[in-house]
Amino acid sequence: MGRYLIRRALISAVTLLAISMVVFSILALAPGDPLAGFATNPNVTPELRERLRDQLGINDPIHIRYVKWGREYLQGNWGQSFQTKGPVRDYIVGRVPVTLIVIGSSLLLSVVIAIPIGVISAIKQYSAFDQISTTFAFLGFSLPTFFTGLLAILLFSVKLDWLPFVYDSQVNGFWGNFKQSIMPICVLGLAGAAQLTRFVRASMLETINQDYVRTARAKGLREKTVVLFHAMRNAMIPVVTIIALQIPTIFGGAVVTEQIFRVPGIGSALISAIGGADTPVVMAITFGVAILVVLFNVIADVLYAVLDPRIKMG
Amino acid sequence: MSEITRDAGANPLGGRGAASVVPSAERDADGLASGKLGRVTRKQRSLWGNAWRQFRHHKLAMAGLVLFVLFVVVTFIGNAIYPREIDAIDFLRTDAPPSLDFPFGTDALGQDMLARALWGGRISIAVGLVAALVSITLGTAIGALAGFFGGPADSLLMRLTDMFLALPQLPLLLMITYLFRESVNRFFEERTGSDILGTFVLIVVVIGALNWMPTARLVRASFLSMKEKEFVEAATSIGATRSALIFKHILPNVMSPIIVAATLGVGAAIITESTLSFLGLGFPSDIPTWGSMLFDAKDRIELAPHEAIIPGMLIFLTVLSINYVGDGLRDALDPRKTQ
Repeated sequence: MGRYLIRRALISAVTLLAISMVVFSILALAPGDPLAGFATNPNVTPELRERLRDQLGINDPIHIRYVKWGREYLQGNWGQSFQTKGPVRDYIVGRVPVTLIVIGSSLLLSVVIAIPIGVISAIKQYSAFDQISTTFAFLGFSLPTFFTGLLAILLFSVKLDWLPFVYDSQVNGFWGNFKQSIMPICVLGLAGAAQLTRFVRASMLETINQDYVRTARAKGLREKTVVLFHAMRNAMIPVVTIIALQIPTIFGGAVVTEQIFRVPGIGSALISAIGGADTPVVMAITFGVAILVVLFNVIADVLYAVLDPRIKMG
Repeated sequence: MSEITRDAGANPLGGRGAASVVPSAERDADGLASGKLGRVTRKQRSLWGNAWRQFRHHKLAMAGLVLFVLFVVVTFIGNAIYPREIDAIDFLRTDAPPSLDFPFGTDALGQDMLARALWGGRISIAVGLVAALVSITLGTAIGALAGFFGGPADSLLMRLTDMFLALPQLPLLLMITYLFRESVNRFFEERTGSDILGTFVLIVVVIGALNWMPTARLVRASFLSMKEKEFVEAATSIGATRSALIFKHILPNVMSPIIVAATLGVGAAIITESTLSFLGLGFPSDIPTWGSMLFDAKDRIELAPHEAIIPGMLIFLTVLSINYVGDGLRDALDPRKTQ
C-alpha cells in the first residue's frame, strides 16, 4: 500500500508539472501585451515601457518565467489580481467555501437519488419503474445545465415567485441561504444524478447475474439480504470510483450554474477573470482545478484498490 | 427474410437423418428456379446490413435518426425557404412572442428568431459534427499507433493520454478560446474573407483536442486484442504490410465502438459549444448560435421567456436525438446483443 501510494504520488507530481507547463505556455504564447494599456499613454515613452518590461521580467525567455512562476506558486504567492488589485490567493480562498457547498451538496443529492433508483431499476429490469427511470435518466443526460437552470428560474422565480433568482451573499440565516442555494444545487445535482443512475444500473445489472448472487438466492437467503449485501456491495465498487472521477466534471457544471444564478464562487470568478483579462486569477484557478482532477484520480484509484481485494496494488 | 429463416430452420433438421436431406435439396432447387435475384440479395447480407436491420427495430433510435436528419436538412436549407434576414433590427417589434408572422417570435432587437435559429442551428450542428470528427480521428490515430506498435510508443502515447485526461477541461477551453479568438479570427478573415471561419476552426480544434482521450483508450484496447487474433497472424504470414494490417485488417474490426463514440461525441460537442457561447466565449454575438441566443436571453428571462426556451429546446432535442441514435447503434453493433 505504502509503495503504491508513493508511486501514484510521483506519477501525479509529474502529471501536474506537465499540466502547469501546458497552461503556462498557452498563457505565455497568447497574443496580447500586458502593458498594452500604456501604449496610448503619452507619459510613458517607448524607452520607459521597455525598461518596465525588463523590470517585470516580461522580456525573459519563457522557461525562466516558468521557473519563477513555479517557485512563487509553491510558496503560496499566486500574484496580484488585475481586477481586485489584491493578492490572488485571498480572492480565491474567499470564494472557495460557496463553491464547495454547492458542489458538495449537489454531489450528495445526486448520490442519494441515483443509488436507490439505479438499484431498483436493475433488480426490476424491464419493469415500468425501470422504463420510466431510464427514460428520465436519458432525458436528463441530454439536458444541458444552462438550459435546466434557466427553466428553473423561469418556473420557480418568475412564475411561482417562490425562490430568489439572484444569489445574495449578504443573506444571513439558514432559511434564506437554503432558499437561494436550492436551485443551483438541484440543477447540478439532478444533472449528476442522471449520469450516475445509468452507471449504477449498469453496474448492478452486471453483478446481479453473477454466480455468487445465484448461490446466495439458492441457499435461501432473503431477497433483501441478497440485494443489499451480496449484489450491491460489489456493484458499488465501480460507482464509488466514478463518483470520485466525476468531481472535476461537476466543477465544470458549477461554472455554468454559478454563472446562471450569480453565485459568487470559483466558477463565476473564473468567468469574470477571463472577461477582465485577469491572467493571474485565470492561471491560479485553472491550475487549482488541475490539482483537484489529479487528486481525485488518485483517490479513485486508491479507493478501487481498497474496496476490491482482487485488484493488486503495485 | 422468410427464406432465410426457413433455411436456418432446415439446417439442424438436415443433420438429423438422410430423409430430411431430400426436401432440403428440393428447396434449394426451388430457390434456383425462382430466379437468381433472391439468392444474390441474400448473399449480400453484410455486417452493416445486419446492424441496420437491428437498428431499425430500435424505435427510439429510429425516431432520433429521423429527427436529427430533419434538423440537419431544415437548418441547412431553411434560410433559403424562409428568407428573412437574421439581423434586421426593428425596435418597433422587440420581444414579440411567437405569432403567425414570426413563428418563433422576435428578440430584444426585434430580430426574427426563426431565421436566427435556422442560421444558428447550422453552426451548432456543424460544430458538433466537425469537432466529433476531429476528436475521433485524433483518438483513433493515437489509439491505433499505441495499440499496434506497443512498447515505448505505447507507453509514451498513453502517458500523453493520461495527461490530457487530467487537464481541467472547461477552464482550459474557456481560456484558449478567449485568448486566441481574435487573432485566429483575424488570420482567417485576412485570408478567406470569412468572419466566422476563424472562430469555427478554433472551437472545433479545441473541443476535438480536449476530447480524443476516451476514443484513444478504446481503440488501443481493441487493437491490443485484435493484434493477437489468428486472422492478423494469417495476414502477416502472407506478407501484408503494416499499413495494410492496420487499415485493412484490424481497423474495420474495431469500427463499431468508434462509431458509437463518434455519435455520442457529436451531442457532447454541441453541448460544449453551446456552453462556450452561453458563457459569452463562443462565436461573437453578431453571429447567432443556439448557445449565444441563450446567452442573449438569459438576463431577460422574465421579460421574454420564449427567447430562452426556443434555443434551449432546440439544443435539447438535437442532443437527445443524437444520443438515441448512439444508443441504438450501440445495441445494433454489439454482437452479443444480436438476436
